[in-house]
Amino acid sequence: MIHVIAFYLFAVMTVGSGAITILSRNPVHSVLWLILAFFNAAGLMILVGAEFIAMLLVIVYVGAVAVLFLFVVMMLDIDFAELRAGFVRYFPFGALVAIVLLAEIVLGIGAYRAGALRLGTPDGTAATPAGASNIEAIGALLYTRYLFLFEAAGVVLLVAMIGAIVLTHRQRTDVRGQKVSKQIARRPDEATVNVKPEVGKGVSL
Amino acid sequence: MIGIEHYVVVSSILFVLGVLGIFLNRKNVIVILMAIELILLAVNINLVAFSAFLHDLTGQIFAMFVLTVAAGEAAVGLAILVIYYRGRGTIAVDDVNRMKG
Repeated sequence: MIHVIAFYLFAVMTVGSGAITILSRNPVHSVLWLILAFFNAAGLMILVGAEFIAMLLVIVYVGAVAVLFLFVVMMLDIDFAELRAGFVRYFPFGALVAIVLLAEIVLGIGAYRAGALRLGTPDGTAATPAGASNIEAIGALLYTRYLFLFEAAGVVLLVAMIGAIVLTHRQRTDVRGQKVSKQIARRPDEATVNVKPEVGKGVSL
Repeated sequence: MIGIEHYVVVSSILFVLGVLGIFLNRKNVIVILMAIELILLAVNINLVAFSAFLHDLTGQIFAMFVLTVAAGEAAVGLAILVIYYRGRGTIAVDDVNRMKG
């Protein structure tokens, strides 16, 4: 019984906060509702025993991506009311596209109910071993069969990181930064000078 | 009894909401990016649900790669947004024509 309650709670919260994400007037609120949607989707994934992906969703999305969104929304000084201008105009077309897509999916589910296609069953090589936890099984699969794919994912992240840095980096001329090479090239004998001033006279620098 | 259909329905509703969000907020590129995140979340829910349904972990590993690509896409997309804002002082995307030859 508690499964059903938990499923409907998470499902309704996910769909509801997803809807408010796209309808909200203020993008800051949108980001916060997006975070709630991701949290509840993580709950949905925990219900089927995929705790690793659920934790990844919370850590990567709520911890990194959503905070990045929040940062950008708050950093850019934008008149959001102006950006909402076409909302009513675009609504009929958007709703039409959404209805068509949903009808296609409903058709697919109806066809599945009528008699599913037989695409074969998994061969069991990627099944969770008996007694192993979800994380253990994923680790065993990820670092053996999918090792190169895992490395490729790392390369994708590296390229994204370098790309983001290269795009946003700019050389500023009005800032006096540290010149490391000049500091290293400096010699003690040209940096200091020994003077013997007479009493009562100052030192000219 | 909760079955695979329930998960497919939730993820398809979420997917359609994401597509609707792209159409409704055509000027606000930040919300468009968030709608794309919603679409990718729907894909992930689908992958994980079928992974549990078929007792095959490949779906969960693929969901992880989808997550990786989504994170990279958000980072690069927001970086492009920041330099676009720096150059023009606005992020209205319906009249972007800088890359027109």
